[in-house]
Amino acid sequence: MRVSCRVNGEQREADGVWPGESLLYLLRERLGLPGAKNACEQGECGSCTVYLDGLPVCACLVAGGQAQGREVVAVEGLTGPDGGLDRVQHAFLQAGAVQCGFCTPGLIVAVHDLLARVSTPTDADIREALAGNLCRCTGYEKIMDAVRSAAAMPPSTAAACPASRPGGPR
Amino acid sequence: MDFLSPATWAEALAAKAANPDALPIAGGTDVMVELNFDRRRPSALLDLTRIGELTEWGTDGDLLRIGSGVTYARIITELAHRLPGLAMAARTVGSPQIRNRGTVGGNLGSASPAGDALPPLLAAGALVELASTRGVRRLPVAEFFTGPKRTVRAPDELIAAFLVPSHRGPHQFAKIGSRNAMVIAVCSFALALRPVTGEVGTGIGSAGPTPLRAAQAERLLADELPWRTAAVLPEAVVGRFGELVAGAAAPIDDIRGTAAYRRHALSVLARRTLRWAWEEYRREGP
Repeated sequence: MRVSCRVNGEQREADGVWPGESLLYLLRERLGLPGAKNACEQGECGSCTVYLDGLPVCACLVAGGQAQGREVVAVEGLTGPDGGLDRVQHAFLQAGAVQCGFCTPGLIVAVHDLLARVSTPTDADIREALAGNLCRCTGYEKIMDAVRSAAAMPPSTAAACPASRPGGPR
Repeated sequence: MDFLSPATWAEALAAKAANPDALPIAGGTDVMVELNFDRRRPSALLDLTRIGELTEWGTDGDLLRIGSGVTYARIITELAHRLPGLAMAARTVGSPQIRNRGTVGGNLGSASPAGDALPPLLAAGALVELASTRGVRRLPVAEFFTGPKRTVRAPDELIAAFLVPSHRGPHQFAKIGSRNAMVIAVCSFALALRPVTGEVGTGIGSAGPTPLRAAQAERLLADELPWRTAAVLPEAVVGRFGELVAGAAAPIDDIRGTAAYRRHALSVLARRTLRWAWEEYRREGP
C-alpha cells in the first residue's frame, strides 16, 4: 500500500508498504531517514522516539499506515533558529552526553519535547521524562548535564553556539 | 495482510463484521510488538485511530463515559480528579512515549492479567461497552475477562468505551516492579472507598488468570470500617484485609516472581493502600 505523510516538514510518499510494518521501518528503509534507531522493537528503549502529530512516540509501535496524512518529525527535523543544530543537540555535544550514540536521537527528541513543555525542569522531571530512553553505555550523568544546560540556553541563542554555525559539526 | 482504515465508527463496525479476524489497533503498544516479533499475523489490521468519537469522554447520566481510544497521557491530564485510581495506574504505565499512544481500550482488549488499568476499573465498578452492527451492550468489567488474554467480546464486536459510576471517595493504586518505569507489574492492587454508601471496591492485577476482585476483603471493610466516626483504623481490620486480599489471588510462579512472593506483596499493598485511603478519608471526609 502507499503511505503519504509530512516528514520533517516535507510531504513524502512511500510505496509498497506492508500493512504490518512500523513507522520506524518506513522512515529508515523506505524514506532513507536513519536518524531514529531500531533497537528493541517493543517500545522499551526509546531509541526510535519521533514526534507524531506533535507527541513523542516510539516509531516502532506505530503501524506505517497509521502515519497516513499525519505529521512526523524525527531527529533530522530538529533545527535551531538559523537552520543549524537545535539547542538540545548542541547541549548534548557540549556536555559529552554521547557515547556510542545509538540512544542519542531518541533522547534528543524526548528532551526537545520535555523542554517545550517544562522550561526549567527539576532533576525529577528530567528522569521521569527520560524513563523510556535507555542508554546502555549508562552515560546518564552526562545526559542529565546536557538537559540542564539545554534548559538554561534560550532557544533563540542557539545560533550563537559555535557548533551550530554553518560549517560546524553536524 | 490488509490495512483497514475506517473513518467513522459505523464503518469500523461494518469492517469488523465483514472481517471478524481483523485485529483492532489503536496505540499499537501491544499489537505492534506482536507483529514486530512475528508472533501474530492477522488477516488484517483494523486501525481505530481515525475515529474521533473514540477519543472523547463525557457524562452519560450518572456515569462517566470514556471512549476506548483515550490515551493514558490524557487520563492523567484530563481525568485525574474524576478517576484518581485510574490516573495513578496510568502514571505507572510504560514511559511517556507509551502513555502518549497506549489506550485503556487497548488494555481491555489485550486482556493481560497484568494490564495496569484493569484493577482500578474493577475497584471503581466500571462497565465495558461493546458494539457491533448487531447493537450495543454494556457489562461489568468483572464479567468481561474469561482468562489470560481472553474476554467475552464476540469476533464482530469492538470496544467502544468504558463507563465509571461517579462515586466520591478515596482511590488508591500500588504496583510492584523492579523499577518505576517500563515495568510489567509483578502484582498490583487497587482500592476504592465509597463512604457515602459504605461500599468498597478492590482489584488485583498480575496474580491470577484475569484481574480479580477480592470480594470477602471488600465485605470486611464495608462492615468493619468506622465510617461514621472516621476513627483511627483498627489494626486487626488492616491485618485481616491483607490476608483476605492475598487469599483472593490465584498467582503462579513465572519469570517476574513466584506465587508466594505475589501473595505476600499483595497483602502488603492491600494494607498500605488501605492506610493511605483511610488517611485521606479522615483528612477530607467523604
